[in-house]
Amino acid sequence: MKVIYLDNNATTQCAPAVVEAMLPFFSEKYGNASSMHTFGGENRHVIDRARQQVADLIGAAHADEIIFTSCATESDNSAIFSAVRTQPKKKHIITSAVEHPAIMEPYKYLEAQGYRVDFIGVDELGRFDMARFQRVLDEDTALVSVMWANSETGTIFPIAEIARLTHEKGALFHTDAVQAVGKIPVNVQEADIDMLSLSGHKFHGPKGVGALYVRRATPFMPYLMGGHQERHRRAGTENVPYIVGLGKAAELAAKRLADGTSAQIAALRDKLEQGILATIPDVKVNGDPQHRVPNTTNISFGYIEGESILMYLNDLGVCASSGSACTSGSLEPSHVLRAMGVPFQFAHGSIRFSLSDQTTEADIDLVLKELPPIIERLRKISPFSRLAA
Amino acid sequence: MWDYTDKVMDHFRNPRNVGAIPNADGTGQVGSLVCGDALKLTIKVNKETDVIEDAKFETFGCASAIASSSILTEMIKGKTIAEASKITNQDIADALGTLPAEKMHCSVMGMEALEAAVKSYRQGGAPVVFEQQEEKIVCHCFNVSEETIIKAIRSNHLKTVEDVTHFTKAGGACGRCKGEIQKILDKVNGANQAPAAQPKTFAQMTMVEKIKTIERVLEEEVCPKLNMDGGSAELVDLEGSVVKIRLTGMCSGCAGAAGTLKNFIEKTLKEKVDSSLTVEQA
Repeated sequence: MKVIYLDNNATTQCAPAVVEAMLPFFSEKYGNASSMHTFGGENRHVIDRARQQVADLIGAAHADEIIFTSCATESDNSAIFSAVRTQPKKKHIITSAVEHPAIMEPYKYLEAQGYRVDFIGVDELGRFDMARFQRVLDEDTALVSVMWANSETGTIFPIAEIARLTHEKGALFHTDAVQAVGKIPVNVQEADIDMLSLSGHKFHGPKGVGALYVRRATPFMPYLMGGHQERHRRAGTENVPYIVGLGKAAELAAKRLADGTSAQIAALRDKLEQGILATIPDVKVNGDPQHRVPNTTNISFGYIEGESILMYLNDLGVCASSGSACTSGSLEPSHVLRAMGVPFQFAHGSIRFSLSDQTTEADIDLVLKELPPIIERLRKISPFSRLAA
Repeated sequence: MWDYTDKVMDHFRNPRNVGAIPNADGTGQVGSLVCGDALKLTIKVNKETDVIEDAKFETFGCASAIASSSILTEMIKGKTIAEASKITNQDIADALGTLPAEKMHCSVMGMEALEAAVKSYRQGGAPVVFEQQEEKIVCHCFNVSEETIIKAIRSNHLKTVEDVTHFTKAGGACGRCKGEIQKILDKVNGANQAPAAQPKTFAQMTMVEKIKTIERVLEEEVCPKLNMDGGSAELVDLEGSVVKIRLTGMCSGCAGAAGTLKNFIEKTLKEKVDSSLTVEQA
């Protein structure tokens, strides 16, 4: 059965060109980049090239502002703990209510340690509550960390504006840009960002490698202590093949952003969304239609439950994900949809389709053909479907 | 990705007996949109024989909720009301092969809907919504009563709060009731292990336990009284049943020290800890 992969916000295919670029660095050019001999030392230049490729993708002024990490979770944790450790007198930190657990959990940990923490809410379209943010931001704020784009709904936050307000109060600004990098133009200089996290596998790079951008002159304390690697900012032998893969993926992503691929992905996404809205009653799109990454749509199907929809789609080879409680085993629907105040009858039945440049029109046509009978079938089983009538 | 059995997937893909029986003899409902799963079970019963002749379901929920409901209708058809009433959530899970631990609450929902449908039949057919007893609600997020939790613990031999959450959903949202669930677990499981709960005799205790017990008695029973005279006492050593104690503060060097040791401290330790103990000044 052909796999129709519409779950690209979870992970993406590692591009064949990326794999090809990585391969020599496993068994052939396996030297340690820190070695004195040419065999290993040459890999220093290989890493520097990847660093430049990543810097170019996010508009960093200097390649040395890129620190390679093992994943975006490490990048997020490094940024947060560095910000509080380098400003020990400040005891207030801010984030949004819809962040990834890699932000949420360190924030909750710091709250338990005595920090004042504000989780800024969102409105029904998932838009950041700028008024409340401005009310709570003060001179005691050490860090504001707000995601660039939301993984579940694709909603883009006004990062440049949030960063500007943050700097007015003298706090550091970090953004988890995992769902934005590679999907939309990201420029750390224009947006005035102090620190930014990104992950390779979200834009056709390998899993197990990420990066943290730290602007020059930003106070920084390493999260992993040990060797001198990454200019003493991230200890641990450089993962040469994965860093090369991340660099190559960044280069390819920059090309896609420049050549109009994003617009093609958005056109397919819109076709899927409009098709569903036109053929299935009681559906609702979650997120801000005006400010959304081009590949994501999050749609709620009223009166039925998301896991059931996913399982029927799975039988057809279609991969998507859901904010339903049942899929996580957590018993509660997605914290993002709840923060948006999505009613329960819609939150449990939410499905996220996330496309990539590999998604074809035929894929979308198949979903548009197969989805309506699935929804109809589940609604027939549901005791609430009459409510919809 | 859940590890669903082929049987679960079969009943999910081809659910049996979907719908609602018009003019049903019994209608049981459980769950709600808020909870994320709900089941409405209707039954047709032969009034002469009490045999369930037909059963249909409507379910809002995940694959395992639909499969549990579907197989339940098959299990009860042809059974008398009395026979059907004996079906437990474990029977439903067994009929499906098994369910992932986190999904056991789906089988519990089936059992509850059946209970409500039987009640509805016995009361003349008006629909019955399965209700938790209001006054004993433990988990307010999912509206789960103490009775449901106790029943789930007993029939499924649950040991931890996590188990209880998997089976009943209680404690799965805000988690505020987890302490209370632990107490219910202790109560229910503690009752089965009553002999083990008996306090150890002094002779059975480890050295650390002996010392801790003596120190606790000194702290709670002895020192407060000595403190009133500006003195105190501390445990220095324990050799067999001989407790060596040093009197401190005003008590140290007091003419009545020997009397205090024997008449008060030794007496208290004999009473509260073990009759074999004797006290000596360290």
